Amino acid sequence: MPYQRIKFYQTGSFAAGNRLLAEDQRSVQSGTERSNTLTCGHRACQGCGEALGARYALDAVMRATKGKMIAVNATGCLEVFSTPFPETSWQIPWLHSLFGNAPAVASGVAAALAAQGRTDIRVVAQGGDGGTVDIGMACLSGMFERDDDVLYICYDNQAYMNTGVQRSGATPPAARTATTQAVGPEPGNKFGQGKNVPLIAMAHEIPYVATATVADLRDLEYKATRAMDFHGARYLHVLVPCPLGWGSAPADTIKVARLATESGLFPVFEAETGQVVSATPIRRLVPVTDYLRLQARYAHLFAPVERTETIARIQAAADRNITRFNLSPERPALRAPVIPADSGGL
Amino acid sequence: MFQVRFHGRGGQGVVTAAELLAAAAFREGRHAQAFPSFGSERMGAPVMSFCRIDDKPIRTHEPVSEPDALIIQDPTLLHQAELFAGFSPDGYLLINSAHDFGELGLDEFVQAVHPSGRDRLLVVPASALALTHLGRPLPGAALLGGFASLTWAVSLDSVLAAISERFRGAIAEGNAEAARAAFAFVQDEREALSHA
Amino acid sequence: MLKQIEGSKAVAQAVAMCRPQVICAYPITPQTHIVEALSAMVKKGELAAEFLNVESEFAALSVAIGASATGARAYTATASQGLLYMSEAVYNAAGLGLPIVMTIANRAIGAPINIWNDHSDSMSQRDAGWLQLFAETSQEALDLHIQAFRIAEELSVPVMVCMDGFLLTHASERADIPSQDQVDAFLPPYQPRQVLDPADPVSIGAMVGPEAFTEVRYLAYERMRQALDLIPSVAADFAAQFGRDCGGLVRPYRTDDADVVVIGMGSVLGTVKDTVDELRTEGMRVGVLGITTYRPFPADAIRDALGVAPRHVIVLERALAPGTGGIVTADIRMALAGRMAPHLSTVIAGLGGRAVTTKSLRGLLATAAAGELAPLTFLDLDTGLADRELARMRATRRSGPSPENMLRDLGITASRIG
Repeated sequence: MPYQRIKFYQTGSFAAGNRLLAEDQRSVQSGTERSNTLTCGHRACQGCGEALGARYALDAVMRATKGKMIAVNATGCLEVFSTPFPETSWQIPWLHSLFGNAPAVASGVAAALAAQGRTDIRVVAQGGDGGTVDIGMACLSGMFERDDDVLYICYDNQAYMNTGVQRSGATPPAARTATTQAVGPEPGNKFGQGKNVPLIAMAHEIPYVATATVADLRDLEYKATRAMDFHGARYLHVLVPCPLGWGSAPADTIKVARLATESGLFPVFEAETGQVVSATPIRRLVPVTDYLRLQARYAHLFAPVERTETIARIQAAADRNITRFNLSPERPALRAPVIPADSGGL
Repeated sequence: MFQVRFHGRGGQGVVTAAELLAAAAFREGRHAQAFPSFGSERMGAPVMSFCRIDDKPIRTHEPVSEPDALIIQDPTLLHQAELFAGFSPDGYLLINSAHDFGELGLDEFVQAVHPSGRDRLLVVPASALALTHLGRPLPGAALLGGFASLTWAVSLDSVLAAISERFRGAIAEGNAEAARAAFAFVQDEREALSHA
Repeated sequence: MLKQIEGSKAVAQAVAMCRPQVICAYPITPQTHIVEALSAMVKKGELAAEFLNVESEFAALSVAIGASATGARAYTATASQGLLYMSEAVYNAAGLGLPIVMTIANRAIGAPINIWNDHSDSMSQRDAGWLQLFAETSQEALDLHIQAFRIAEELSVPVMVCMDGFLLTHASERADIPSQDQVDAFLPPYQPRQVLDPADPVSIGAMVGPEAFTEVRYLAYERMRQALDLIPSVAADFAAQFGRDCGGLVRPYRTDDADVVVIGMGSVLGTVKDTVDELRTEGMRVGVLGITTYRPFPADAIRDALGVAPRHVIVLERALAPGTGGIVTADIRMALAGRMAPHLSTVIAGLGGRAVTTKSLRGLLATAAAGELAPLTFLDLDTGLADRELARMRATRRSGPSPENMLRDLGITASRIG
C-alpha cells in the first residue's frame, strides 16, 4: 500500500481523529478546516451511503486541490437530494449535466479550463451506477479514450434508486428491484454477464482506477486524494448501500458495505495504467449469506425456501473475485489476475 | 451566364475540375459557382458537377439543367440518356477520349448538329495527356485546358493560375503541362476542322 | 478579402476568427468539411482552442455545455440524425442559458436515410429555445456565425446557424472573408452571466418544481422577445462595420406591389429570386420574402413586409409535418391572423435534396396565378409512383418496405442518381 498503514496503537479503532498521525495522514473529516463540500441540509434518506461517500470523497479532493475544484453531476439521487430548489447543499461550483453525459460535460469543463490556462482547477464528474454503467457508458468510454483530465466517481448503489429502485446494469444477480421483482419461478434479477466498469476502465489503461466503499472511509479519502496525484482520466467506483433500495436498516449501511468486501463480492483495489497495483486483503472472510441476509432485496433467497443453488452461484462469484484479486489466503490465488469469461461479482 | 456540366466517375476529380474552373473565373474578376451533384459518395459511381460563370452574382442553387458546355471526363458514361439531358445543339461538348466521335458511336449525335456548330464538339485525350505529364490518369486539369481553348469562357492563363493555387510542386507542374498540352491539342483540332 | 471558397471552409474561417475556446465535434455528412477545417487550424496552431473529437453528437453538445458553463466560448456543428441524437442536450443548453453557437448543415432526417438537404432537422428542434437563423448564401452563412456569437452572448441564449447541406456547405462561391481585426472589433470577449468558478461557487442546473418552473420558462420566452429587437440592431452594426447587409429578421425582394408572394428560407431563395425576375419581365407581379430569423418567429416583421396583403401567399416549405402539412405555414398563419388574410398555400418542396428548379417554380406560380393552387401541394411529386405503391399496399398485407418498392419501380440502382 502506498500510504502509511495506520497502526492500531495509534488510533485504537478506525476513528476519524488520529492525533498521533502525521497531518497528511489524518482523516480529512477530522479537521475543522474540512470543506463540507456537501454540507448539511440535503434531503438524503436516513443512512444514505451515497451522501456519506460523496462528502468524504469530495472533501478529500478539495484538500488535495486546495479548494480548486469544479464538479459535474449526473441526474440521480445525489443531484436531486443535494439541490432541492431553491436550496443547494453544495459549497463548490457545481453543474448538473444530464443523465447520460456527465463525463462529456466534465470533459468540456476541463477543456475550457485548459483553454483559459487555469489548469490549477481540477474537475470531478460524478454519477450513480445508472448514469455511469448504462446510459453514461458511451460518454465515459469517450472520456477515457481521450484521457481527458477528469476524475469520474461512480457511486454504486446497484439500481436506479431515484426513480423507484429499477434494475440497472450494475444490479447484482438475484437482487430484487421494481423491474426484477421477487416473483415467479426465478425471482429477482437474472444472472447475466454483469458490467465490471473498473475492469472496463482498466482496459482503457487510464492512469488510475480504484474501488472503495463507505465501510472504509479512510481508504476512500486516500483513493480520492491519490487520484488527484494523476492527470488524465481517472475512475473511482464506490459501493454505497441504499437502505431503501436494498431493504437494509439505515443503521447498517456501513456494516453492509463491509460485509460486501469481506465476503469477496466487492473487491477493493487500485490499478494504474491497466495493472492492479494493490488489493485490500480480506481481514475476516465471511460467507456471502452474512451479507445477503441483511438485505430485504435478497429475502426471497431465504424464505419461503432457501434457494441454495442461487446462493451457491453468488458464492461462486465471490470466490472468483477472491481468487482473481488474491484477497484471502483461504482461497487459492492465481498466478496473475485474469479476466474470466463472466465477470459477475461487483 | 455560362453554365457547365461535368460528367465522370467518383475518384476522377470531377468536383475538383468544377472548382478549378470556378477559381479560374474568379481570377478574371467574374462570379462563379461550383458544386457537385451530391450523389452517393463512392469511387467509380457516376457523378456530375456543375459550374456557373457570370458577371453578376449567381443566386440560383439548382443543378445545371441546360448546360452551355458539357465536359465528359469518362467516356464509358456515354449512351446513358441522362448525359445529354438539356444539352442544346449549339452547345460546347468536350469528351475525354482518344477516339473520334464515330468510334464513340456518336455519329448520329454529331449529324444532328448544324455544320456550323460542329467545331464545338471535340474530343481530347485528356487522360493520356495527364498520364504523360502528371503520371496519373486524372484528366480534370487537361480538360480545363481544352475547355479554355474550346470556349474561351476562361483564359488558359486563368486555368493555369487556378492550378498553381490549388496544387503544389510536381503535381501543380504536371497538371499545368497537361492543361497546356490539351489547350494546344484542341486549338489544332479546331483549326483542322475549320479548314476541312 | 474576396475568395472563391467552399461554403464549409468559409464558415470555418469565420468561426475561427470568432476565437472559440472549445470546439467539439462528431462527424456527420454534410457538416464534415467545417469541423475538418477547424481541426486543421487548431492542429497547426493557427487557432488557439481546445479541439475535442468526441464519441457522439450527444457528447459534442455536452462538451460545449460544460465548456460554456465554465466561461469558455464554445462551438459545435451537426445535422440531421446527429441533431436528434443530441436533442436532450439541445433543450438542456437553452434551459441553462448557455450561449453556444452551433452550425446545422441542414439535412433530411431518416428513415429513409437520406444525406441530402432539407430543413427537417432544424424544424425538429424549433421549440427547444435556441435562436434559429437561416443563411441564403455562403456569404451570409459566414456572416451569420459572427453575428450569432454576439447575439448569443448578449442574450445568454444558444444560437443555431442553419445552412443548407451540400447546396451551401459543399458549393464553391465567392465570399468576402473579413479580417481578424474586423471580427475582434465587432465581437468582444465572452462575459458570462453565470460561470463555474471556485472563487465564487454556484450550483447550476437544480431541479425546479411547479412553484417556479413557469416563471423560468417565461424568462425564456422573454429573452426570445428581446432577440427580436437585438437581431436587427446587431445586423445594423454588422452592416456598418463590415459593409454587408445580411442577417436581420426578414428580407423582402420585390414584394411591395406583388400580387403573389413566395415565403421561404435558406438557399432556395436564390432560385426563387431568379424565377421572380424572369416572371416580372413577363408581367407577373410576384415577389419573395425570405425569413432569415425563424426563431424567434418575426411575426411583426412579416406582417410589415407583406404590407397590404397580397392576393396570394405561398409558403415554400423545406420540411413536412406529417399529420398536418406545413410547419412554417402555421407560424405565418398565426402572424397574419386577424387582418385581411391573403389566400395562403403550402408547397412542400425539395424534401431530401430534390432540386427546386426555376422550371418547377414557374409552373407553380402559373398555377397560382390561375387560381388553381391547392392549399397543400408537394412540388414535383411523382403521383404515379406514389399511387402505384399505395395500390400495392391495398392489394397485399405484406407488401414489403415502401421505399425499396418505389426505388425498384423507378429502376434506380445504387449507382444512379434520381
